[in-house]
Amino acid sequence: MARPALPVTVIGGYLGAGKTTLVNQLLRHSGLRLAVMVNEFGALPIDRDLIEAEDDALISISGGCVCCEFGDDLAGALLQVAGMDPRPDHILLESSGVAIPGSILTTLLFLDGLRGDGVVVVADAAEIRNTAANTYLADTIQRQLDDADILVLNKTDLVSEAELAEVTGWVRSHTKGTRIVPAVHGAVPHDVLLGSVPLPRRGHKVSGHAEALFRSRVLQPDGPVDPVALARALAEGDLGLVRAKGYVARPGGGLSLIQVVGARWTVEDATDDHQTGVVCIGLKATFDADGLARLGPLEPVPA
Amino acid sequence: MTTTIYQARKIITMSHARPYATHVAVREGKILGAGTLEELARWGDYRLDTTFADKVLMPGFVEGHAHSAEGSVWDGAYVGWFDRADPAGKVWEGLKTVDAVVARMRDAAAAKPDEPVVVGWGLDPIYMDNVRVTREDLDRACADRPVVVLHASLHIMNMNTKGLELAGLLKSGVNHPGVPLGQDGLPIGELRSPEIMGPAAAKVGFDRGKAMEGSPEGLRSYARLCVRAGVTTATDLARSLTDESVDEALKITGAPDFPLCLVPFRIMAGMTPEDLVAFTAGIRKKSTDRCDLGRIKVVADGSIQGFTARMLWPGYINGAPNGLWYVAPDQLAQIYEHALGAGVLVHTHTNGNEATELAIETLESALKKVPARDHRFTLQHCQLASPAQFKRMARLGMCVNLFANHHFYWGDEHYALTVGPERAERMNACRTALDTGVPMTIHSDAPVTPLGPLFTAWAAVTRLTASGRVQGEGEKITVPEALEAITLGAAFTLGMDDLIGSIETGKRADFAVLEDDPLEVAPEALKDIPVWGTVQGGRVFAAATI
Repeated sequence: MARPALPVTVIGGYLGAGKTTLVNQLLRHSGLRLAVMVNEFGALPIDRDLIEAEDDALISISGGCVCCEFGDDLAGALLQVAGMDPRPDHILLESSGVAIPGSILTTLLFLDGLRGDGVVVVADAAEIRNTAANTYLADTIQRQLDDADILVLNKTDLVSEAELAEVTGWVRSHTKGTRIVPAVHGAVPHDVLLGSVPLPRRGHKVSGHAEALFRSRVLQPDGPVDPVALARALAEGDLGLVRAKGYVARPGGGLSLIQVVGARWTVEDATDDHQTGVVCIGLKATFDADGLARLGPLEPVPA
Repeated sequence: MTTTIYQARKIITMSHARPYATHVAVREGKILGAGTLEELARWGDYRLDTTFADKVLMPGFVEGHAHSAEGSVWDGAYVGWFDRADPAGKVWEGLKTVDAVVARMRDAAAAKPDEPVVVGWGLDPIYMDNVRVTREDLDRACADRPVVVLHASLHIMNMNTKGLELAGLLKSGVNHPGVPLGQDGLPIGELRSPEIMGPAAAKVGFDRGKAMEGSPEGLRSYARLCVRAGVTTATDLARSLTDESVDEALKITGAPDFPLCLVPFRIMAGMTPEDLVAFTAGIRKKSTDRCDLGRIKVVADGSIQGFTARMLWPGYINGAPNGLWYVAPDQLAQIYEHALGAGVLVHTHTNGNEATELAIETLESALKKVPARDHRFTLQHCQLASPAQFKRMARLGMCVNLFANHHFYWGDEHYALTVGPERAERMNACRTALDTGVPMTIHSDAPVTPLGPLFTAWAAVTRLTASGRVQGEGEKITVPEALEAITLGAAFTLGMDDLIGSIETGKRADFAVLEDDPLEVAPEALKDIPVWGTVQGGRVFAAATI
């Protein structure tokens, strides 16, 4: 088990928010070998044109991706996916519309070889406030929001600018530390959602069509830094970051891998050698490059 | 055409036109009539069978909410508090101490030296002053293989040290409320909540899903338990039915000596509402006399003692947050609408009163779109429904299957810990259901509690809890009402009351053969009436030889 833990992103949100669309976007554009796990008893979760083969247990998807159902046995299904050969790069776990995503992440705590990367909750910009006003659903929606590291406010093309500002304010007032990312048709760059940045990459540019919305810089500390303090500053500081990932040198030798998803951060010792540098990605509108620069030197923006 | 006339000490027909008889005539597996020998002799030549001359016959009991896992759980060792009979009729004595539990698990491990995992079930420490069973306890039973013991509620699981090791949990620093730690900072071996039990079970190689889903052998064991309980029609609520598992069920139930009419429900999961209804309507055509298909079960919320039931204000008495939805309201609406349109029956698990409210409201809306006069949509458990909810259910044509056994086994818990005295007293409100005109039955939810309609009837009549208190005097029902609930009542909720549930001309020759008269014994003795066996579709099955 020398391999790094397989990251799992939980994708939650109520029915009709656009979870499936977002997953299909990632399948199309990420270039990663994704394993999609679904529980929702919905229609086929994968766009037809992406499907290469189907059998009872597994859908094979172009690009080496797969999709399977987990039903009642989430842990068993996760272990099965983790044991696949070749192993997927990342697991996307699409939870049911009324599931509480955080409890799914708990399951991961007890499975070796898997790592909860974060919770992405998708919300319909036009509907989320109505859904949250439904007395049967209010607390469920709130619990989903509570668990979200990244909140994808989807279908922003269906609301006016004024409405978008309103619903964004509403989401902000119902979350704490959650990064809010607006989207149309679930299009959010995969490195924002999945932190799948090849590291480090000089002059990193955010992938995908939505890049106009995002900004990224690489933080390159001069020498060894306390990785926990840095991770915490990136996650909890008000820097407008959605994602950060990279290696830094530790005082006393060795490298640490820092991963930040919204306000959630993890630090682990790196087992082999890497170039140092932390890619930091955030929404252009709120990206605080000056604040970031106070944590260490930033690589110059590529021309 | 052979006609058999059975003579009995007494026949309780559950038919108002002719409530009692001494003889019943059977031809082609069906009832020609019940009456006197002289009356029945008019049907022509007959063979008089006096096997039941000193027995009391009732319509075969109908269990409206149980699982065939009641048969397959016996693959593991029973370690519960109460005496319980296995499919072979052997009564396993209830265990009153941890040492006794350890001893039985040790025997189980020794009996199956090749089994990779030693499994026990039915543990219920609430009756042992909530003593904690530890991994060291279970190590005394078996140390070199994983030992897994499921609690009666199915919400908690215990493991020995080996099991925790394999599950990757035998380490310090585990920080989760579902994993209690001992003095040494290591998990003591008790695992609570599905998100802990799931991974742990998967890693030690214990398939919880399979344990609940049942097996071919489990189905036969289930049928044997039914014979012992006087049950001739029993639900399997529910299965993730596929074409293959339906064919398998048809094959097993089709054996000439299979003593039960099985009614498997299709669980909602794994299909869109449209496909679910189409599939279920499709398999209905495959139904036989012993496997009646074509119904859907939806699970709306969780359980009250697991604090996952959806509650209306004021919620749980300990302040626990509201429970979980297992179906999204919009999906429920779609299932109801499609099912009403296709004439497919849906039973919905609702434990908390908010889940009940949602089901009622959703059906009311669905009925406006798809008017259906005789849908018999039934709420299963429906443990906390209020009088107002029962009245609405009646007006909408809904039925209810109340969990009378639960009241006995966990009523004290609910009184003290989950919902508090007032609501605990009105839980499983059989009286209110009948008084408000909601067609009603009562159930065991076996294997959660043991299968046994006479016990279930006793629980609804006496409303006694395990500690011996009467909880909810006002919700008691009478013995005749309880007997109707476990026969015609259940048959009605399944849409099978034209076939079964009473001893009347034209119905299936399904009888419960009892050693005593439930209308004559003291109500407190209802549960103790010995069951001789059953007659199912005119075939005689003695419990002693099944």
